[in-house]
Amino acid sequence: MSTLSDPVNLSAPRGADAGLTPKQLADKYGLSVSGKRPSLPKYIRQLWARRAFISSFATARLVAQYTTAKLGQLWQVLTPLLNCAVFYLVFGVIMKSRDGVPVYIAWLCVGVFVFQFSQSAIQAGTRSISDNLGLIRALHFPRAALPIAFTVIQLQQLLISMVVLVAIVLANDIKPAMTWLLIVPALVLQSLFNTGLAMVMARVGAKTSDISQLMPFLLRTWMYVSGVMYSVSGYIKSWPTIWQTVYSWNPATVYMDLMRYAFMPDSFDKAKYPGGYDAAGHQLPTALNLPHHIWIMAGTWAIVAFVIGFVFFWKSEEEYGRG
Amino acid sequence: MADAAIDTLKETTAVDNQARVPTVVADDVHIIYKVHGAGAGKGSATSALSRMITRKKSPAIREVHAVRGISFTAYKGEAVGLIGSNGSGKSTMLAAIAGLLPTARGAIYTNGQPSLLGVNAALMNDLTGERNVVLGCLAMGMSPAQVRERYQSIVDFSGINEKGDFISLPMRTYSSGMGARLRFSIAAAKTHDVLLIDEALATGDQGFQQRSKARINELRKEAGTVFLVSHDNNAIRETCERTIWIEHGELIMDGHTDEVVRRYEKGERP
Ligand SMILES: Nc1ncnc2c1ncn2[C@@H]1O[C@H](COP(=O)(O)OP(=O)(O)OP(=O)(O)O)[C@@H](O)[C@H]1O
Ligand SMILES: [Mg+2]
Repeated sequence: MSTLSDPVNLSAPRGADAGLTPKQLADKYGLSVSGKRPSLPKYIRQLWARRAFISSFATARLVAQYTTAKLGQLWQVLTPLLNCAVFYLVFGVIMKSRDGVPVYIAWLCVGVFVFQFSQSAIQAGTRSISDNLGLIRALHFPRAALPIAFTVIQLQQLLISMVVLVAIVLANDIKPAMTWLLIVPALVLQSLFNTGLAMVMARVGAKTSDISQLMPFLLRTWMYVSGVMYSVSGYIKSWPTIWQTVYSWNPATVYMDLMRYAFMPDSFDKAKYPGGYDAAGHQLPTALNLPHHIWIMAGTWAIVAFVIGFVFFWKSEEEYGRG
Repeated sequence: MADAAIDTLKETTAVDNQARVPTVVADDVHIIYKVHGAGAGKGSATSALSRMITRKKSPAIREVHAVRGISFTAYKGEAVGLIGSNGSGKSTMLAAIAGLLPTARGAIYTNGQPSLLGVNAALMNDLTGERNVVLGCLAMGMSPAQVRERYQSIVDFSGINEKGDFISLPMRTYSSGMGARLRFSIAAAKTHDVLLIDEALATGDQGFQQRSKARINELRKEAGTVFLVSHDNNAIRETCERTIWIEHGELIMDGHTDEVVRRYEKGERP
């Protein structure tokens, strides 16, 4: 062996830097620990710079979702419609929930569509990290872009279903009113709320895959207690006031009520739907009740969920894609 | 051979007193994988139940000490090869540089955000090649205008469309080489401070390997650092002037490629 083969140390810093320890060298040139999570303001800036990615990703996913199905994009409208049909049959016709509610079909469909928005955003959020590990490992972007994009997909889906919803509402002799304008702020608030939940669930789902097995049960429980298919107001009337107040804060109920009020304000008119029973003993529809401060409730839920979800997700930013 | 060594020595002494800008500093890095439920069947319901009842923490967490105290510094404009036998810790090291694995001890400092291109780094398999290009570029932080501007050159570089209109087909229909080509083309469209390539070019054909080599050289000129893991020693020789030899998670040798690869091939440890 030649004596010269004792290798030149290519790692050692040269010139002015000679003799620096690795740590000192890194500090001098402003290198940072690999994979360190950026500060919150920096993270928000990075995320804002990816807004084009978020919207393109959402659109591409939405289009790809049904490409393998023969009916293609039609399923986007068919799925919620079939859902409504099943619920109408079971809860409306068989269990007679429709009797006490004014314009039951419209009431049901608004509820189903609005709840579906939260439900699917949460489900998609839970899987948003674990289903996209390849993307996460190959490219660098703020990971919050994924749960946000998946919520945007659900929002787009809801907007498509809204067209069907409008048709249903009009078919039930409900005239467009000024309150229809409230649909926009209601959707904005619900989207913020959903994004927050999606981000919380994204972090949880990235760590424990068991949660995605559990989610359907939790969500179904939430749906049944929220009065999507039947009115809960009759059941909770006998509860202590404090529990009624707590119950009224259920975010699903809040967002459904807002949307129902926006679409069909007449159903909330006590003069029009006094309730009670007719001569033959049939239950008559009772006017719906809009809690006071419902906008404050909706806004509080939106902001609290979004802020907590965002910070909670960011706290673990460096760990997504590991393992 | 001794002459060549003297030459390289002369070269290095000539630039010896210029300070270089480091891009990756690995300082005594240890990486330990924790494998849950090794041995005992984790999936079986009875074992999960008995674990819950006895309140034992997960059965036998096995530790795999994959990287044991590796230190090196890579500088701007370098292409560094990583060689070593299967399971020696090369992929682990790259994943740690990319920030995808935590270090148990020691630290890795990097400049900017390293990008890792792995063998099976799937992007979005159910989306078309076209969507993958656009979304990949947007995810890397390009603006929509920049993406439009570069789109054609990325597709041309990948050569995906040479055999017909494949870019409009979902990526799951691509052959492994085609997928690897498109992924590399997307990642290489941006100038990276640190680009980590883990056998991602191995499935490419002759023509593409030439092109990717040229692109790696360009990236280096644009003041980036490229790490290349490959079992193709000739590819390492042609692409990298510096090579690190890892065995059993330990750094065996770090030096000029000719020297290190020659010894690696002979199995001569220094
Ligand atoms: N996810 C993992 N969990 C546990 N141990 C792992 C994991 N990945 C790798 N290892 C272990 O770490 C060691 C190094 O693996 P690594 O993948 O870094 O090898 P490599 O040098 O890339 O090999 P190859 O040339 O085959 O790609 C091996 O002993 C391997 O068993
Ligand atoms: Mg490997």
